Amino acid sequence: MTMQFNDETFRDDYTYRNSPEAIRRFPFPFDQDSYMYSVNLEPHAGGREGTPFNKRFDVDEHYVSEMRDRAITLADDPLRCQSLPHMELAGWDFLELVMDSKAEDYPDLFSLTKDGDRWHWVNRPLGIEQRFTFLDPTTLPCGPLEYITRQTQGDHALLDQREGNLWMDAGMVTSQADWSLDFDVGMNFFEWHAPVPKAHEMGIFQRALKFLLALPLSKPSRRLNWTLTVNPRLDTSPENYHKWGPEKRTVTPENVGAKQHLRVELQTLWRLPRSNAIAFPIRGYLASMEDLTTLPKWGRRLHRVLRDLPDELADYKGFTVNRPMIVDYLSKFDDGVPTSAGIYPDETGL
Amino acid sequence: MTSQMLRVAEVEVLTPLVKRFRFEHPEGKTLPLFSGGAHVVVEMEDGETLRRNAYSLISDPQDGSGYEIAVRREDRGRGGSRFMHTKVSEGDPLRVNAPVNLFALDLRARKHVLIAGGIGITPFLAQLRQLTRLQLPFELHYAARSRAEAAGLKLLPQAPMIQVHLSEEGNRLDPGAILAHQPLGTHVYTCGPEGLIVGVEDAAQRLNWPKDVFHSEAFLSPPPGKPFTVTLTRSGLTLTVAPNQSLLEALEAAKVEIPWSCRGGACGRCETEVRSCKGRIAHHDHWLEDAEKSAQTKIMPCVSRFEGEELLLDR
Repeated sequence: MTMQFNDETFRDDYTYRNSPEAIRRFPFPFDQDSYMYSVNLEPHAGGREGTPFNKRFDVDEHYVSEMRDRAITLADDPLRCQSLPHMELAGWDFLELVMDSKAEDYPDLFSLTKDGDRWHWVNRPLGIEQRFTFLDPTTLPCGPLEYITRQTQGDHALLDQREGNLWMDAGMVTSQADWSLDFDVGMNFFEWHAPVPKAHEMGIFQRALKFLLALPLSKPSRRLNWTLTVNPRLDTSPENYHKWGPEKRTVTPENVGAKQHLRVELQTLWRLPRSNAIAFPIRGYLASMEDLTTLPKWGRRLHRVLRDLPDELADYKGFTVNRPMIVDYLSKFDDGVPTSAGIYPDETGL
Repeated sequence: MTSQMLRVAEVEVLTPLVKRFRFEHPEGKTLPLFSGGAHVVVEMEDGETLRRNAYSLISDPQDGSGYEIAVRREDRGRGGSRFMHTKVSEGDPLRVNAPVNLFALDLRARKHVLIAGGIGITPFLAQLRQLTRLQLPFELHYAARSRAEAAGLKLLPQAPMIQVHLSEEGNRLDPGAILAHQPLGTHVYTCGPEGLIVGVEDAAQRLNWPKDVFHSEAFLSPPPGKPFTVTLTRSGLTLTVAPNQSLLEALEAAKVEIPWSCRGGACGRCETEVRSCKGRIAHHDHWLEDAEKSAQTKIMPCVSRFEGEELLLDR
């Protein structure tokens, strides 16, 4: 099957749209009618055909436009991509991981040919062809991390492992849920998670760190995280809060279904072989309330989750101001019928 | 645990006590690459007993065609190295776990100084290939008693930044002299007998090196000891740990689920809560804090033992 790529925007006129197929495959994050933090890690070892869990690095209809949006953000603010000097090897590790995975998983879209260290990479959707020497940064137009993440959906952090901790020492972050790489770069695991409410007292970060320090080679893990975003905007960064923060006030009972989006992150964790660092891709998916309520199970469940969410979490996720309007809109899709277990909608073949 | 069956492709006698083993995939597939300092756990089926020993990888981390280790025969050990020396030959299948690195290079260093004693040379053999490939400044010092015992001599390249110290030839390694004139931003790594590690750490402290530029890996294998009895609260079992068996091995033999990785008291994976302890735990690990050790509320079953009336564990 040849993939069709949308021509759409994630700012200004917001022409981003999900096809019915993209809605059906959306990684709905709630497996029950309520939500609380957990270390919900599972092996990232495939998943149902057609879902975003199936391939190592999911490529979907938004790929080309997302990469165009990343280029705009980077042109305005080059510090969205940073790599401390000791992280270059991890950047090469990650470049290899992505190129190998994409060329194997999407042979009609990407190809990689290796002749020793002399590699030939073809990215058909973006029209890129590059011959370069692996581990020689002078043969690429930019550093290896920037090079490959300009061609890979989602934000990406590279975590150095030392002193029994993880350090966010490199990354490409242009589509984040209100956090800043420029602020967090160089921080350790506890420092960059400091703003998260409740989870510290629950001991979640100690347990998660212990798990991550022992993350084995060739056995990636994944988890889902979520937030709400007004408008299908990728760059919801603190740096540009003045551009997107006020948009929260444009939501009305009439437009909430179209404007209010659920933003889901498919986070994966990979031990990198040469550097012993960990790659942390954070792949975002956006769907409007209108999109999601086309599937009755999701409409019912989303209403119950958002209605019953503890206030601190709604505050942290930044939607307290519009919560009554959102819950009121969703209540129309909740007839009180029990929902089935698991995240998948009842109506599709997924 | 991720493990695969590999084939012993080469066995080489390096010295009377040390053999080199090379493992390859039976169908010639590429193995995952790794970073210098990583180890693998090799599984040995020795009659009724399943032994799992950790060995540093000594081969080129960028070469996935095979993994190599060097094993020193410890006649007073629990039997793993003796098994490798006497029962393993070319062509044999052997289960090998995926590499894990608990002794990685800190790539922020401006220079890397590697100090090895005896069989402690093994992690550095892979690290020096990584450093060479990355073109990072380093020096390596290798101490051994005599030329005949120095297994590393056959494995080390000739290079000006590699220095061999043979005490029998009057060229004893002096950590203070090595560290005294290093540039700012140097990291030092040491692996070998306890005495060497303490010597290097002392020298670094005397010279006011920052704590986090000192890295060490004690080559720890579970020490044998007197048998002892342990009771498991969750599985309701009472087990006896034999003199040549570790507590972890006794748990595994009884089919009790327990996570593990390094099996040498360093990684923390098998940490277990102590519910009751009437007696004294012999803590041999490098994982628990001193306060945790003296409180006797936690134990690392991979290396630690017990003497006394009653030990109740949350397993």
